[in-house]
Amino acid sequence: MNWLLDNFDLIGRLSVEHLKLAIPPILLGFVISVPLGWLAFRFKLTRGLLLTLAGLLYTIPSLALLPILPAVLGISFLSPLNLTIALTIYAVAIMARSVADALASVDPAVRQAATAMGFGSWRRFWTVEFPLAGPVILAGLRVAAVSTISLVTVGILIGVESLGYLFTNGYQRRIIPEILTGVVMVVLIALIVDFLLARLGRLLLPWAPASSRSQRLAEVSSRTPVPQGGGPV
Amino acid sequence: MNLLADAFAWIFSPDRLAGSPTLPVAIGQHLFFTFLSTLIAAAVAIPLGFYIGHTGRGRNVAIAVSGAARAIPSFGLILLLVLVIGVTQKPLAAVIAFVLLGIPSILAGAYAGLEAIDRRVIDAARAVGMTEWQILWKVEVPLGLPLLIGGIRAGALQIVATVVLAAYIGLGGVGLYIIKGIATRDYSAILGAAIVIVALALVLDGVFALVQRIVVPRGVAAGRTQELRTSSPRRRAVVETPTV
Repeated sequence: MNWLLDNFDLIGRLSVEHLKLAIPPILLGFVISVPLGWLAFRFKLTRGLLLTLAGLLYTIPSLALLPILPAVLGISFLSPLNLTIALTIYAVAIMARSVADALASVDPAVRQAATAMGFGSWRRFWTVEFPLAGPVILAGLRVAAVSTISLVTVGILIGVESLGYLFTNGYQRRIIPEILTGVVMVVLIALIVDFLLARLGRLLLPWAPASSRSQRLAEVSSRTPVPQGGGPV
Repeated sequence: MNLLADAFAWIFSPDRLAGSPTLPVAIGQHLFFTFLSTLIAAAVAIPLGFYIGHTGRGRNVAIAVSGAARAIPSFGLILLLVLVIGVTQKPLAAVIAFVLLGIPSILAGAYAGLEAIDRRVIDAARAVGMTEWQILWKVEVPLGLPLLIGGIRAGALQIVATVVLAAYIGLGGVGLYIIKGIATRDYSAILGAAIVIVALALVLDGVFALVQRIVVPRGVAAGRTQELRTSSPRRRAVVETPTV
């Protein structure tokens, strides 16, 4: 308990660092996933290719992906950029699939109606298909966000400071409350971000089916992508 | 690409067969911890998942748990358990952490598999006079097998990845070379070990894909179409890994 009281500043600072590291991959992942998800939805060939690739990337353990990226991309191993790219890859692996599923969930009759009204494919995508796919895409975004926030902690092993610092520091100094604080803070931040995204979704996507709390939970989990493999760890 | 060449040279260097642990031993340790933990996690999660899937009781709890588990940082969980259980009992603490991290995916796979079955099939089984036990073993389990194995696959891969992180506490496994390499700035060892780990994960994933194909009864594979399963896709649960 004493440790907690003495280190409020540290916890606050690390939480901010943590968010700073987590947000870019989530946003980047989202931006990259939309066109990739569309490609996977639109063409059979790219669908198999992209979704298989996403599944395989998803099975790569994070501590193994972090060393491989520098060799391939020529960046520094011990850098925040390396972590950002790795986390973006995982976010894309999760979200590209959910974007593809989301687009497939749009009623074909609606799509045809838009075409019949003279919408070009660009306009139809942004004004009809993308908004209608929104709720499912959001579910994928929420999974990716939570997963990214928890994964940021691995960065401490390559020297990128986040709440993960409390894990290694607490372990070396044998301070249980320190590690516990780190775990609790990560979970807390993840849950808050998840909640905010859900709120944002209700605000921006009012056409998402209103449902009771339990149904909503079920929906979120059922709509999340089901990657072929395990999680990025 | 010189870096990659160095890494492969590291993997196939005769030095890997000397020293402690040797690379094959490290791979063995890695697989040992993975299989042991997956087995324990399956032994806990499958009966529970079948119970939830068959009775429909506790479904919301299971969904909430498998969702929330995604937020738990596995690296923190391992270190926490090691300190709580005692630094002298590292393997025990680590295995408990692996099992805890593997359970949500397997649980979700077990009950989602049962839940995804067309209710009419189960009603039909009940109507022809099958007991609940028979319904479970002769109808629900075979039909739910693909999703169950998908769940075990996700859980096992989650554990493989977590074993890598457990090298930090000196558990062994292939991750050890990465942790050591970071300390000594030996990049070819880090990259080499990373490549071995990726290969390990991909092979395991492939084996599960194969098992998934073999284990599913032929009738299930042939007669099963996506749309027949449930009234609403919304009711399906996820067989997906939490995070790390």
